[in-house]
Amino acid sequence: MALVEVQNIWKAFDGHSVLRNVSMVVEKGTAAAVLGKSGAGKSVLLKIIIGLIKPDAGSAMIDGKDVVALRRKEINALRKTMGYLFQGAALYDSMSVRENLAFPLERQITLTGEELEDRIVTQLKLVGLESAINKMPSELSGGMKKRVGLARALITNPRIMLYDEPTTGLDPITSREISYLMRSLQERYQLTSIAVTHDMQCAKIIADKVAILHDGCLEHQGTLETLEQSQDETVRSFFVSV
Amino acid sequence: MRIQAEETSLNAMNTSANQEQPRRQGFFARFLEKTGSLTVFSLRFFPSVFVPPYELGEVRRHLDDLGSKSIPLAGITGFIVGLIIAMQTRPTLFRFGADSFLPAMVAISFVRELGPVITALIVAGRVSSGIGAELGSMRVTEQIEAIEVSGIDPYKFLVVTRVLACILLQPLLTAMVNAIGLFGAYVAVAIESSMSWQLYWDSVVQSLTFADLIPGLAKTAIFGFIIGIVGCHQGFHAEGGTVGVGRASTTAVVLSSMLIIFTDMILVKLTVWIWP
Ligand SMILES: Nc1ncnc2c1ncn2[C@@H]1O[C@H](COP(=O)(O)OP(=O)(O)OP(=O)(O)O)[C@@H](O)[C@H]1O
Ligand SMILES: [Mg+2]
Repeated sequence: MALVEVQNIWKAFDGHSVLRNVSMVVEKGTAAAVLGKSGAGKSVLLKIIIGLIKPDAGSAMIDGKDVVALRRKEINALRKTMGYLFQGAALYDSMSVRENLAFPLERQITLTGEELEDRIVTQLKLVGLESAINKMPSELSGGMKKRVGLARALITNPRIMLYDEPTTGLDPITSREISYLMRSLQERYQLTSIAVTHDMQCAKIIADKVAILHDGCLEHQGTLETLEQSQDETVRSFFVSV
Repeated sequence: MRIQAEETSLNAMNTSANQEQPRRQGFFARFLEKTGSLTVFSLRFFPSVFVPPYELGEVRRHLDDLGSKSIPLAGITGFIVGLIIAMQTRPTLFRFGADSFLPAMVAISFVRELGPVITALIVAGRVSSGIGAELGSMRVTEQIEAIEVSGIDPYKFLVVTRVLACILLQPLLTAMVNAIGLFGAYVAVAIESSMSWQLYWDSVVQSLTFADLIPGLAKTAIFGFIIGIVGCHQGFHAEGGTVGVGRASTTAVVLSSMLIIFTDMILVKLTVWIWP
Protein backbone atom coordinates (compact mmCIF):
# COMPACT_ATOMS: atom_id res chain seq x y z
CA MET A 1 0.00 0.00 0.00
CA ALA A 2 1.29 3.44 -0.86
CA LEU A 3 1.58 5.46 2.33
CA VAL A 4 3.17 8.54 0.81
CA GLU A 5 2.20 9.53 -2.69
CA VAL A 6 3.36 12.73 -4.30
CA GLN A 7 1.56 13.57 -7.52
CA ASN A 8 2.63 16.07 -10.16
CA ILE A 9 4.04 18.67 -7.80
CA TRP A 10 5.02 22.05 -9.26
CA LYS A 11 6.70 24.72 -7.22
CA ALA A 12 8.29 28.02 -8.19
CA PHE A 13 9.68 30.82 -6.02
CA ASP A 14 9.44 34.31 -7.54
CA GLY A 15 9.18 32.93 -11.05
CA HIS A 16 12.19 30.64 -10.57
CA SER A 17 10.91 27.09 -10.87
CA VAL A 18 12.27 24.58 -8.37
CA LEU A 19 10.10 21.48 -8.76
CA ARG A 20 8.62 20.56 -12.09
CA ASN A 21 6.06 17.81 -12.20
CA VAL A 22 7.54 15.68 -9.46
CA SER A 23 5.78 12.43 -8.61
CA MET A 24 6.81 9.65 -6.30
CA VAL A 25 5.27 6.84 -4.35
CA VAL A 26 6.64 5.29 -1.18
CA GLU A 27 5.12 2.01 -0.07
CA LYS A 28 4.35 1.32 3.57
CA GLY A 29 7.35 0.05 5.49
CA THR A 30 9.92 0.98 2.87
CA ALA A 31 12.60 3.62 2.73
CA ALA A 32 13.31 5.94 -0.17
CA ALA A 33 16.33 8.14 -0.64
CA VAL A 34 16.33 11.25 -2.78
CA LEU A 35 19.70 12.36 -4.08
CA GLY A 36 20.32 15.72 -5.63
CA LYS A 37 22.75 18.58 -5.89
CA SER A 38 22.66 21.49 -3.49
CA GLY A 39 19.78 23.78 -4.37
CA ALA A 40 17.99 21.10 -6.37
CA GLY A 41 14.87 21.47 -4.26
CA LYS A 42 15.19 18.47 -1.95
CA SER A 43 14.28 20.34 1.22
CA VAL A 44 11.39 22.00 -0.58
CA LEU A 45 10.07 18.57 -1.61
CA LEU A 46 10.15 17.28 1.97
CA LYS A 47 8.47 20.42 3.27
CA ILE A 48 5.71 20.05 0.72
CA ILE A 49 5.12 16.49 1.90
CA ILE A 50 4.61 17.62 5.49
CA GLY A 51 2.58 20.65 4.48
CA LEU A 52 5.02 23.40 5.44
CA ILE A 53 5.16 24.69 1.88
CA LYS A 54 2.17 24.79 -0.43
CA PRO A 55 2.92 23.62 -3.96
CA ASP A 56 1.68 25.67 -6.91
CA ALA A 57 0.03 22.58 -8.30
CA GLY A 58 -0.19 18.89 -7.50
CA SER A 59 -0.98 16.93 -4.39
CA ALA A 60 0.83 15.15 -1.60
CA MET A 61 -1.19 12.23 -0.28
CA ILE A 62 -0.36 10.68 3.06
CA ASP A 63 -2.42 7.67 4.00
CA GLY A 64 -4.94 8.69 1.38
CA LYS A 65 -5.31 12.28 2.65
CA ASP A 66 -4.17 15.24 0.60
CA VAL A 67 -1.91 17.34 2.81
CA VAL A 68 -2.35 20.34 0.53
CA ALA A 69 -6.11 20.47 1.08
CA LEU A 70 -6.33 19.56 4.77
CA ARG A 71 -7.55 21.96 7.43
CA ARG A 72 -5.23 23.01 10.23
CA LYS A 73 -6.73 20.63 12.79
CA GLU A 74 -6.59 17.63 10.50
CA ILE A 75 -3.07 18.31 9.39
CA ASN A 76 -1.92 18.68 13.00
CA ALA A 77 -3.41 15.28 13.80
CA LEU A 78 -1.64 13.80 10.79
CA ARG A 79 1.67 15.42 11.71
CA LYS A 80 1.55 13.76 15.11
CA THR A 81 2.10 10.46 13.29
CA MET A 82 5.08 11.85 11.39
CA GLY A 83 8.61 12.80 12.28
CA TYR A 84 10.74 15.40 10.53
CA LEU A 85 14.47 15.92 10.86
CA PHE A 86 15.40 19.43 9.78
CA GLN A 87 18.52 20.08 7.76
CA GLY A 88 19.71 22.52 10.43
CA ALA A 89 18.26 20.43 13.29
CA ALA A 90 16.04 23.39 14.34
CA LEU A 91 16.43 22.75 18.07
CA TYR A 92 14.56 25.16 20.33
CA ASP A 93 17.25 27.59 21.50
CA SER A 94 15.50 28.51 24.72
CA MET A 95 15.13 24.91 25.89
CA SER A 96 17.64 22.37 27.13
CA VAL A 97 18.11 19.07 25.29
CA ARG A 98 15.76 17.40 27.77
CA GLU A 99 13.05 20.02 27.20
CA ASN A 100 13.54 19.80 23.45
CA LEU A 101 12.71 16.11 23.55
CA ALA A 102 9.93 16.49 26.10
CA PHE A 103 8.19 19.21 24.11
CA PRO A 104 6.51 17.10 21.39
CA LEU A 105 6.05 14.07 23.64
CA GLU A 106 4.30 15.86 26.52
CA ARG A 107 1.86 17.42 24.16
CA GLN A 108 0.93 14.14 22.55
CA ILE A 109 0.51 11.72 25.41
CA THR A 110 0.17 12.08 29.16
CA LEU A 111 3.12 10.58 30.97
CA THR A 112 4.31 10.67 34.54
CA GLY A 113 7.54 12.53 35.17
CA GLU A 114 9.41 9.25 35.50
CA GLU A 115 8.09 7.74 32.28
CA LEU A 116 8.90 10.95 30.44
CA GLU A 117 12.45 11.00 31.73
CA ASP A 118 12.78 7.35 30.83
CA ARG A 119 11.69 7.87 27.23
CA ILE A 120 14.02 10.86 26.88
CA VAL A 121 17.05 9.01 28.22
CA THR A 122 16.35 5.95 26.05
CA GLN A 123 16.03 8.12 22.97
CA LEU A 124 19.23 10.01 23.70
CA LYS A 125 21.09 6.73 24.25
CA LEU A 126 20.06 5.63 20.77
CA VAL A 127 21.88 8.60 19.26
CA GLY A 128 24.72 8.33 21.79
CA LEU A 129 24.09 11.61 23.57
CA GLU A 130 22.73 10.73 27.02
CA SER A 131 25.47 12.87 28.57
CA ALA A 132 24.18 16.01 26.85
CA ILE A 133 20.73 15.85 28.40
CA ASN A 134 21.13 19.03 30.45
CA LYS A 135 22.99 21.03 27.81
CA MET A 136 21.54 23.94 25.89
CA PRO A 137 21.59 23.76 22.07
CA SER A 138 24.18 26.55 21.92
CA GLU A 139 26.60 24.29 23.80
CA LEU A 140 26.37 21.51 21.20
CA SER A 141 28.40 20.95 18.06
CA GLY A 142 26.67 20.84 14.67
CA GLY A 143 26.71 17.05 14.55
CA MET A 144 25.43 16.76 18.11
CA LYS A 145 22.56 19.11 17.28
CA LYS A 146 21.71 16.94 14.33
CA ARG A 147 21.58 13.84 16.51
CA VAL A 148 19.42 15.57 19.14
CA GLY A 149 17.16 16.66 16.28
CA LEU A 150 16.93 13.03 15.20
CA ALA A 151 16.10 11.92 18.74
CA ARG A 152 13.42 14.58 18.97
CA ALA A 153 11.88 13.54 15.68
CA LEU A 154 11.79 9.87 16.71
CA ILE A 155 10.64 10.20 20.30
CA THR A 156 6.94 10.19 19.45
CA ASN A 157 7.27 6.88 17.57
CA PRO A 158 6.16 8.21 14.20
CA ARG A 159 4.91 5.95 11.40
CA ILE A 160 6.46 8.12 8.72
CA MET A 161 9.88 9.74 8.95
CA LEU A 162 11.23 12.47 6.73
CA TYR A 163 14.96 13.03 7.08
CA ASP A 164 16.57 16.14 5.60
CA GLU A 165 20.23 15.19 5.22
CA PRO A 166 20.49 12.97 8.31
CA THR A 167 24.25 12.46 8.14
CA THR A 168 25.72 15.73 6.90
CA GLY A 169 28.04 17.26 9.44
CA LEU A 170 28.80 13.92 11.06
CA ASP A 171 32.12 12.08 10.98
CA PRO A 172 32.18 8.88 8.87
CA ILE A 173 31.90 6.60 11.89
CA THR A 174 28.96 8.36 13.53
CA SER A 175 27.45 8.75 10.12
CA ARG A 176 27.51 4.98 9.64
CA GLU A 177 26.08 4.41 13.12
CA ILE A 178 23.23 6.80 12.47
CA SER A 179 22.52 5.19 9.12
CA TYR A 180 22.34 1.75 10.73
CA LEU A 181 20.13 3.19 13.46
CA MET A 182 17.76 4.51 10.81
CA ARG A 183 17.77 1.14 9.08
CA SER A 184 17.09 -0.82 12.26
CA LEU A 185 14.28 1.49 13.35
CA GLN A 186 12.72 1.09 9.98
CA GLU A 187 12.82 -2.69 10.17
CA ARG A 188 11.70 -2.83 13.80
CA TYR A 189 8.75 -0.43 13.55
CA GLN A 190 7.83 -0.87 9.88
CA LEU A 191 8.66 2.81 9.44
CA THR A 192 8.02 4.43 6.11
CA SER A 193 10.69 6.95 5.39
CA ILE A 194 12.06 9.40 2.87
CA ALA A 195 15.60 10.61 3.31
CA VAL A 196 17.21 13.40 1.38
CA THR A 197 20.96 13.03 1.29
CA HIS A 198 24.26 13.58 -0.47
CA ASP A 199 25.83 10.72 1.39
CA MET A 200 25.96 7.71 -0.91
CA GLN A 201 27.06 5.38 1.85
CA CYS A 202 24.09 6.41 3.95
CA ALA A 203 21.77 5.91 0.99
CA LYS A 204 23.22 2.43 0.48
CA ILE A 205 22.50 1.45 4.06
CA ILE A 206 19.06 2.93 4.50
CA ALA A 207 17.30 2.97 1.16
CA ASP A 208 15.25 0.35 -0.62
CA LYS A 209 14.87 2.65 -3.59
CA VAL A 210 16.70 5.73 -4.77
CA ALA A 211 15.69 8.65 -6.96
CA ILE A 212 17.67 11.55 -8.29
CA LEU A 213 16.29 15.07 -8.28
CA HIS A 214 17.80 16.91 -11.17
CA ASP A 215 16.68 20.14 -12.84
CA GLY A 216 13.46 20.09 -10.87
CA CYS A 217 12.49 16.64 -12.06
CA LEU A 218 12.66 13.37 -10.17
CA GLU A 219 14.36 10.98 -12.50
CA HIS A 220 16.44 7.81 -12.62
CA GLN A 221 14.53 6.03 -9.92
CA GLY A 222 15.29 2.48 -8.97
CA THR A 223 17.35 0.37 -6.66
CA LEU A 224 20.86 1.50 -5.95
CA GLU A 225 22.28 -1.43 -7.93
CA THR A 226 20.42 -0.52 -11.09
CA LEU A 227 21.46 3.10 -10.79
CA GLU A 228 25.08 2.10 -10.29
CA GLN A 229 25.00 0.36 -13.67
CA SER A 230 23.46 3.39 -15.37
CA GLN A 231 25.37 5.08 -18.17
CA ASP A 232 23.53 8.37 -17.75
CA GLU A 233 25.73 11.42 -17.22
CA THR A 234 23.91 12.82 -14.15
CA VAL A 235 23.66 9.47 -12.44
CA ARG A 236 27.32 8.69 -13.06
CA SER A 237 28.36 12.02 -11.58
CA PHE A 238 26.75 11.05 -8.29
CA PHE A 239 28.61 7.77 -8.10
CA VAL A 240 31.90 9.20 -9.25
CA SER A 241 31.85 11.89 -6.60
CA VAL A 242 31.91 9.32 -3.78
CA MET B 1 8.19 1.93 -4.04
CA ARG B 2 7.58 3.38 -7.44
CA ILE B 3 8.95 6.71 -8.45
CA GLN B 4 7.55 8.17 -11.58
CA ALA B 5 9.24 10.76 -13.63
CA GLU B 6 6.75 12.12 -16.06
CA GLU B 7 8.35 14.01 -18.88
CA THR B 8 7.82 17.71 -18.59
CA SER B 9 4.49 18.01 -20.27
CA LEU B 10 3.79 21.58 -19.42
CA ASN B 11 0.15 22.32 -19.04
CA ALA B 12 -1.13 25.80 -19.56
CA MET B 13 -1.60 26.68 -15.91
CA ASN B 14 1.91 25.81 -14.87
CA THR B 15 3.55 27.52 -17.79
CA SER B 16 2.02 30.81 -16.81
CA ALA B 17 2.94 30.25 -13.17
CA ASN B 18 6.54 29.53 -14.04
CA GLN B 19 7.00 32.42 -16.38
CA GLU B 20 5.50 34.97 -14.07
CA GLN B 21 8.19 37.51 -13.30
CA PRO B 22 8.71 38.93 -9.81
CA ARG B 23 6.84 42.18 -9.70
CA ARG B 24 7.89 45.27 -7.77
CA GLN B 25 4.98 46.29 -5.63
CA GLY B 26 4.16 49.91 -5.07
CA PHE B 27 4.24 51.45 -1.63
CA PHE B 28 0.48 51.55 -1.36
CA ALA B 29 0.05 47.89 -2.29
CA ARG B 30 2.69 46.88 0.25
CA PHE B 31 1.04 49.01 2.91
CA LEU B 32 -2.34 47.41 2.28
CA GLU B 33 -0.81 43.96 2.30
CA LYS B 34 0.99 44.53 5.61
CA THR B 35 -2.08 46.08 7.22
CA GLY B 36 -4.24 43.20 6.08
CA SER B 37 -1.77 40.65 7.33
CA LEU B 38 -1.51 42.35 10.74
CA THR B 39 -5.30 42.55 11.03
CA VAL B 40 -5.81 38.87 10.21
CA PHE B 41 -2.99 37.95 12.58
CA SER B 42 -4.55 40.02 15.39
CA LEU B 43 -8.08 38.73 14.91
CA ARG B 44 -6.86 35.15 15.14
CA PHE B 45 -5.96 35.84 18.77
CA PHE B 46 -9.56 35.98 20.00
CA PRO B 47 -10.75 32.53 18.93
CA SER B 48 -7.37 30.98 19.79
CA VAL B 49 -7.23 32.26 23.34
CA PHE B 50 -10.27 30.26 24.42
CA VAL B 51 -9.28 26.95 22.87
CA PRO B 52 -7.30 24.48 25.02
CA PRO B 53 -4.47 23.71 25.66
CA TYR B 54 -3.94 26.92 27.60
CA GLU B 55 -0.18 26.71 28.20
CA LEU B 56 -0.49 28.66 31.45
CA GLY B 57 3.06 27.74 32.40
CA GLU B 58 4.31 29.55 29.33
CA VAL B 59 2.19 32.63 30.10
CA ARG B 60 3.66 32.73 33.60
CA ARG B 61 7.18 32.36 32.27
CA HIS B 62 6.69 35.27 29.85
CA LEU B 63 5.14 37.42 32.58
CA ASP B 64 8.21 36.82 34.72
CA ASP B 65 10.55 37.49 31.87
CA LEU B 66 8.84 40.53 30.36
CA GLY B 67 8.07 42.05 33.77
CA SER B 68 11.62 41.81 35.02
CA LYS B 69 12.84 43.33 31.76
CA SER B 70 10.55 46.37 31.97
CA ILE B 71 10.19 47.20 35.66
CA PRO B 72 13.51 49.03 36.21
CA LEU B 73 13.31 51.26 33.15
CA ALA B 74 9.60 52.00 33.54
CA GLY B 75 10.04 52.78 37.23
CA ILE B 76 12.96 55.18 36.74
CA THR B 77 11.21 56.97 33.88
CA GLY B 78 7.99 57.31 35.90
CA PHE B 79 9.87 58.81 38.83
CA ILE B 80 11.71 61.33 36.70
CA VAL B 81 8.65 62.37 34.71
CA GLY B 82 6.72 62.92 37.96
CA LEU B 83 9.56 64.97 39.38
CA ILE B 84 9.91 67.09 36.25
CA ILE B 85 6.20 67.78 35.87
CA ALA B 86 5.96 68.98 39.45
CA MET B 87 9.09 71.12 39.10
CA GLN B 88 7.92 72.63 35.83
CA THR B 89 4.36 73.46 36.81
CA ARG B 90 4.84 74.56 40.42
CA PRO B 91 6.17 78.08 39.61
CA THR B 92 3.26 78.75 37.25
CA LEU B 93 0.63 77.47 39.67
CA PHE B 94 2.37 79.41 42.46
CA ARG B 95 2.12 82.64 40.48
CA PHE B 96 -1.65 82.23 40.33
CA GLY B 97 -1.81 81.15 43.95
CA ALA B 98 -2.99 77.73 42.86
CA ASP B 99 -0.12 75.56 44.04
CA SER B 100 -2.45 73.57 46.26
CA PHE B 101 -3.88 72.12 43.03
CA LEU B 102 -0.57 70.58 42.15
CA PRO B 103 -1.25 67.11 43.61
CA ALA B 104 -4.57 66.93 41.79
CA MET B 105 -3.02 68.05 38.52
CA VAL B 106 -0.20 65.55 38.69
CA ALA B 107 -2.56 62.77 39.75
CA ILE B 108 -5.05 63.32 36.95
CA SER B 109 -2.46 63.72 34.25
CA PHE B 110 -0.63 60.61 35.39
CA VAL B 111 -3.60 58.34 35.83
CA ARG B 112 -5.45 59.42 32.73
CA GLU B 113 -2.67 59.91 30.26
CA LEU B 114 0.98 59.98 31.19
CA GLY B 115 1.15 56.73 33.10
CA PRO B 116 -0.47 54.51 30.46
CA VAL B 117 1.30 56.12 27.52
CA ILE B 118 4.78 56.39 29.01
CA THR B 119 4.63 52.82 30.25
CA ALA B 120 3.34 51.56 26.92
CA LEU B 121 6.05 53.35 24.95
CA ILE B 122 8.78 52.05 27.22
CA VAL B 123 7.47 48.51 27.13
CA ALA B 124 7.10 48.80 23.36
CA GLY B 125 10.79 49.64 23.13
CA ARG B 126 11.84 46.96 25.55
CA VAL B 127 9.41 44.09 25.01
CA SER B 128 8.04 44.43 21.50
CA SER B 129 11.54 44.50 20.06
CA GLY B 130 12.55 41.54 22.20
CA ILE B 131 9.59 39.47 21.06
CA GLY B 132 10.21 40.47 17.44
CA ALA B 133 13.83 39.38 17.65
CA GLU B 134 13.08 36.16 19.52
CA LEU B 135 10.33 34.94 17.22
CA GLY B 136 12.24 36.28 14.21
CA SER B 137 15.25 34.15 15.01
CA MET B 138 12.98 31.18 15.65
CA ARG B 139 11.49 31.73 12.22
CA VAL B 140 14.75 31.97 10.32
CA THR B 141 16.25 28.93 12.08
CA GLU B 142 13.12 26.89 11.31
CA GLN B 143 12.16 26.50 14.97
CA ILE B 144 8.63 27.69 14.22
CA GLU B 145 8.37 25.07 11.48
CA ALA B 146 9.65 22.51 13.97
CA ILE B 147 6.77 23.33 16.30
CA GLU B 148 4.40 23.06 13.36
CA VAL B 149 5.61 19.62 12.31
CA SER B 150 5.06 18.33 15.84
CA GLY B 151 1.38 18.96 15.22
CA ILE B 152 1.32 21.91 17.62
CA ASP B 153 -0.12 25.25 16.60
CA PRO B 154 2.79 27.71 16.87
CA TYR B 155 0.34 30.62 16.98
CA LYS B 156 -1.17 29.25 20.17
CA PHE B 157 2.11 28.28 21.75
CA LEU B 158 4.20 31.31 20.82
CA VAL B 159 1.82 34.18 20.08
CA VAL B 160 -1.19 33.71 22.35
CA THR B 161 0.98 33.12 25.43
CA ARG B 162 3.10 36.21 24.81
CA VAL B 163 0.19 38.50 23.98
CA LEU B 164 -1.69 37.33 27.07
CA ALA B 165 1.37 38.04 29.19
CA CYS B 166 1.58 41.56 27.71
CA ILE B 167 -2.13 42.20 28.33
CA LEU B 168 -1.81 41.12 31.96
CA LEU B 169 1.47 42.89 32.52
CA GLN B 170 0.56 46.31 31.17
CA PRO B 171 -2.06 47.34 33.79
CA LEU B 172 0.23 46.19 36.61
CA LEU B 173 3.22 48.07 35.24
CA THR B 174 1.12 51.16 34.64
CA ALA B 175 -0.19 51.12 38.21
CA MET B 176 3.40 50.90 39.37
CA VAL B 177 4.53 53.76 37.13
CA ASN B 178 1.60 55.89 38.32
CA ALA B 179 2.52 55.32 41.94
CA ILE B 180 6.21 56.00 41.38
CA GLY B 181 5.43 59.08 39.26
CA LEU B 182 3.22 60.51 41.99
CA PHE B 183 5.95 59.86 44.49
CA GLY B 184 8.44 61.61 42.21
CA ALA B 185 6.15 64.61 42.05
CA TYR B 186 5.92 64.63 45.84
CA VAL B 187 9.71 64.66 46.08
CA ALA B 188 9.77 67.80 43.93
CA VAL B 189 7.04 69.36 46.06
CA ALA B 190 8.75 68.45 49.32
CA ILE B 191 12.03 70.00 48.22
CA GLU B 192 10.44 73.40 47.71
CA SER B 193 7.60 73.49 50.22
CA SER B 194 6.61 71.97 53.51
CA MET B 195 3.60 69.99 52.28
CA SER B 196 3.32 66.73 54.23
CA TRP B 197 2.99 63.34 52.48
CA GLN B 198 -0.37 62.88 54.21
CA LEU B 199 -1.78 66.11 52.82
CA TYR B 200 -0.33 65.43 49.38
CA TRP B 201 -1.75 61.92 49.23
CA ASP B 202 -5.17 63.04 50.49
CA SER B 203 -5.50 65.62 47.74
CA VAL B 204 -4.35 63.04 45.18
CA VAL B 205 -7.00 60.55 46.25
CA GLN B 206 -9.72 63.19 46.44
CA SER B 207 -9.01 64.49 42.97
CA LEU B 208 -9.36 61.11 41.29
CA THR B 209 -12.74 59.81 40.25
CA PHE B 210 -13.97 56.55 38.81
CA ALA B 211 -14.02 58.20 35.40
CA ASP B 212 -10.27 58.72 35.62
CA LEU B 213 -9.36 55.21 36.73
CA ILE B 214 -11.36 53.02 34.39
CA PRO B 215 -10.35 54.47 31.00
CA GLY B 216 -6.76 54.64 32.18
CA LEU B 217 -6.79 51.00 33.10
CA ALA B 218 -8.75 49.70 30.11
CA LYS B 219 -6.40 51.57 27.83
CA THR B 220 -3.38 49.78 29.26
CA ALA B 221 -4.76 46.36 28.37
CA ILE B 222 -5.28 47.52 24.79
CA PHE B 223 -1.73 48.87 24.66
CA GLY B 224 -0.50 45.54 26.00
CA PHE B 225 -2.30 43.76 23.20
CA ILE B 226 -0.73 46.08 20.60
CA ILE B 227 2.77 45.59 22.02
CA GLY B 228 2.46 41.81 22.07
CA ILE B 229 0.72 41.29 18.77
CA VAL B 230 2.93 43.67 16.76
CA GLY B 231 6.10 42.08 18.14
CA CYS B 232 4.79 38.61 17.41
CA HIS B 233 3.58 39.53 13.93
CA GLN B 234 6.93 40.99 12.95
CA GLY B 235 8.87 38.05 14.33
CA PHE B 236 6.50 35.45 12.92
CA HIS B 237 6.87 36.85 9.42
CA ALA B 238 10.59 37.60 9.52
CA GLU B 239 12.46 36.50 6.44
CA GLY B 240 15.91 36.84 5.01
CA GLY B 241 18.17 35.45 7.72
CA THR B 242 19.74 37.50 10.49
CA VAL B 243 19.09 40.75 8.62
CA GLY B 244 15.41 39.89 8.76
CA VAL B 245 15.60 39.37 12.52
CA GLY B 246 17.05 42.84 13.02
CA ARG B 247 14.42 44.31 10.77
CA ALA B 248 11.61 42.52 12.59
CA SER B 249 12.85 43.88 15.89
CA THR B 250 13.15 47.53 14.80
CA THR B 251 9.90 47.50 12.86
CA ALA B 252 8.15 46.07 15.91
CA VAL B 253 9.23 49.05 18.03
CA VAL B 254 8.39 51.68 15.43
CA LEU B 255 5.06 50.16 14.51
CA SER B 256 3.87 49.43 18.04
CA SER B 257 4.86 52.92 19.27
CA MET B 258 3.00 54.53 16.40
CA LEU B 259 -0.05 52.37 16.92
CA ILE B 260 -0.04 53.13 20.66
CA ILE B 261 -0.04 56.88 20.09
CA PHE B 262 -2.63 56.62 17.37
CA THR B 263 -4.90 54.38 19.44
CA ASP B 264 -4.47 56.68 22.41
CA MET B 265 -5.70 59.60 20.36
CA ILE B 266 -8.84 57.70 19.42
CA LEU B 267 -9.39 56.46 22.97
CA VAL B 268 -9.03 59.95 24.44
CA LYS B 269 -11.68 61.20 22.04
CA LEU B 270 -13.85 58.22 22.96
CA THR B 271 -13.55 58.69 26.73
CA VAL B 272 -14.30 62.38 26.48
CA TRP B 273 -17.38 61.43 24.55
CA ILE B 274 -18.49 58.74 27.05
CA TRP B 275 -17.54 60.66 30.24
CA PRO B 276 -17.92 64.29 29.23
N1 LIG C 1 11.28 30.10 1.07
C1 LIG C 1 11.92 30.22 -0.09
N2 LIG C 1 11.81 31.36 -0.80
C2 LIG C 1 12.43 31.50 -1.99
N3 LIG C 1 13.19 30.55 -2.55
C3 LIG C 1 13.35 29.40 -1.91
C4 LIG C 1 12.73 29.17 -0.64
N4 LIG C 1 13.05 27.93 -0.24
C5 LIG C 1 13.84 27.42 -1.19
N5 LIG C 1 14.03 28.29 -2.20
C6 LIG C 1 14.80 28.04 -3.42
O1 LIG C 1 14.50 26.73 -3.85
C7 LIG C 1 15.66 26.10 -4.32
C8 LIG C 1 15.80 24.74 -3.67
O2 LIG C 1 16.02 24.90 -2.29
P1 LIG C 1 16.21 23.67 -1.32
O3 LIG C 1 16.43 24.22 0.03
O4 LIG C 1 15.11 22.72 -1.49
O5 LIG C 1 17.57 23.01 -1.85
P2 LIG C 1 18.21 21.65 -1.40
O6 LIG C 1 18.08 20.72 -2.53
O7 LIG C 1 17.64 21.23 -0.10
O8 LIG C 1 19.72 22.07 -1.24
P3 LIG C 1 20.76 21.69 -0.10
O9 LIG C 1 21.29 20.36 -0.43
O10 LIG C 1 21.80 22.76 -0.21
O11 LIG C 1 20.03 21.73 1.18
C9 LIG C 1 16.82 27.02 -4.07
O12 LIG C 1 17.19 27.58 -5.30
C10 LIG C 1 16.28 28.09 -3.18
O13 LIG C 1 16.80 29.33 -3.56
MG1 LIG D 1 18.19 21.19 1.77
